Amino acid sequence: MSFINLKEKVVQVKIVYYGPGRCGKTTNLEYINKTYRKQIVSEMVSLKTHGDRTLFFDFLPFDMGKIKGYDIKIQLYTVPGQVKYNATRKLVLRGVDGIVFVADAMAKQREKNIRSLNQLHENLQSYKESIFKIPLVMQYNKVDLKEHGIPILTTDVLQKDLNSRLKVPHFEASAITGYNVAATLKKIISSTVISIQKKLL
Amino acid sequence: MNYGIVSQEQLEQIDTILSDKLIKLGVDCVIIIDMAGNIITAKDNGESKYDVYSFAALAAGNFATVDAMAKLVGEQEFSLLFHKGQDSNIHFSKIDDELLLISMFGKEISLGFLRLNVVDVIEKIRQLWNKK
Ligand SMILES: Nc1nc2c(ncn2[C@@H]2O[C@H](COP(=O)(O)OP(=O)(O)OP(=O)(O)O)[C@@H](O)[C@H]2O)c(=O)[nH]1
Ligand SMILES: [Mg+2]
Repeated sequence: MSFINLKEKVVQVKIVYYGPGRCGKTTNLEYINKTYRKQIVSEMVSLKTHGDRTLFFDFLPFDMGKIKGYDIKIQLYTVPGQVKYNATRKLVLRGVDGIVFVADAMAKQREKNIRSLNQLHENLQSYKESIFKIPLVMQYNKVDLKEHGIPILTTDVLQKDLNSRLKVPHFEASAITGYNVAATLKKIISSTVISIQKKLL
Repeated sequence: MNYGIVSQEQLEQIDTILSDKLIKLGVDCVIIIDMAGNIITAKDNGESKYDVYSFAALAAGNFATVDAMAKLVGEQEFSLLFHKGQDSNIHFSKIDDELLLISMFGKEISLGFLRLNVVDVIEKIRQLWNKK
């Protein structure tokens, strides 16, 4: 849940990048961190293992400027994607306002994407939130691998697997090259801010 | 209680309580956050400059982890958490299910003295909310 400070006119919005292990959540934040230095007031915080896997979360605060006189502070988080970390994944989801589901477009990851999305659904339910109601954007990541001859899932297949019931905005992306990283971010911010604006009126 | 939106009046009252009861006693910095890692308010003595947003995210994660561990060992909660350093200390205390009070203080203040005041502050903040 976003926190609105009426005294200082600040709105804090929590956006979480969710998805299976190694799908590229941290890479999304790293790209944002190096591309939008001006809007980032402090260092990115990464709680990770020695092997660079996310252990708890990454955190990146992002300044959006003003909307209707309110200073919008976006707090970007990633969850740890490895199966064994569901307890911590759930903790990161607490109070979430908007979610980017990062799917791994590599053909061999098909099952893992579906399982991860199902678990997101369950985890949200444990906070009495609904995956059908919360602002959500799908990102089909690693499409650059196609050029390297690595089998990847087509967007049609990914849409059928993950987005046939949710029907949320989706983007093909490559977090490593930055392709559609900003488009994904802009979309989730606008969906989330619209849903929060109702509270400000 | 609707903690998502706190009125200007409520925040000013909370700030006054924090200043009078903690900052004036020598506490370096006091932050109230929610369990999602949002900052409700932050007060400091004007000298310490912490990156409060990162701090809030980490503090919420830290508290949530300890809370989850408490459940695993069959405790309702560990409602108090304390980290002791060479020069500075951090004290966490739960206000209610959604809010945490975090105090950062140096060696001039004893833990016992701080705790007494924190209990008092929390009581006052709860009263403030119940009035609503
Ligand atoms: N080719 C390619 N590789 C990518 C892309 N995005 C991420 N990777 C690589 O995939 C690996 C895992 O990326 P991370 O961003 O750490 O994945 P994660 O989702 O944060 O993983 P966990 O923290 O374990 O959940 C790294 O080696 C990245 O360089 C992409 O768009 N294309
Ligand atoms: Mg990661």
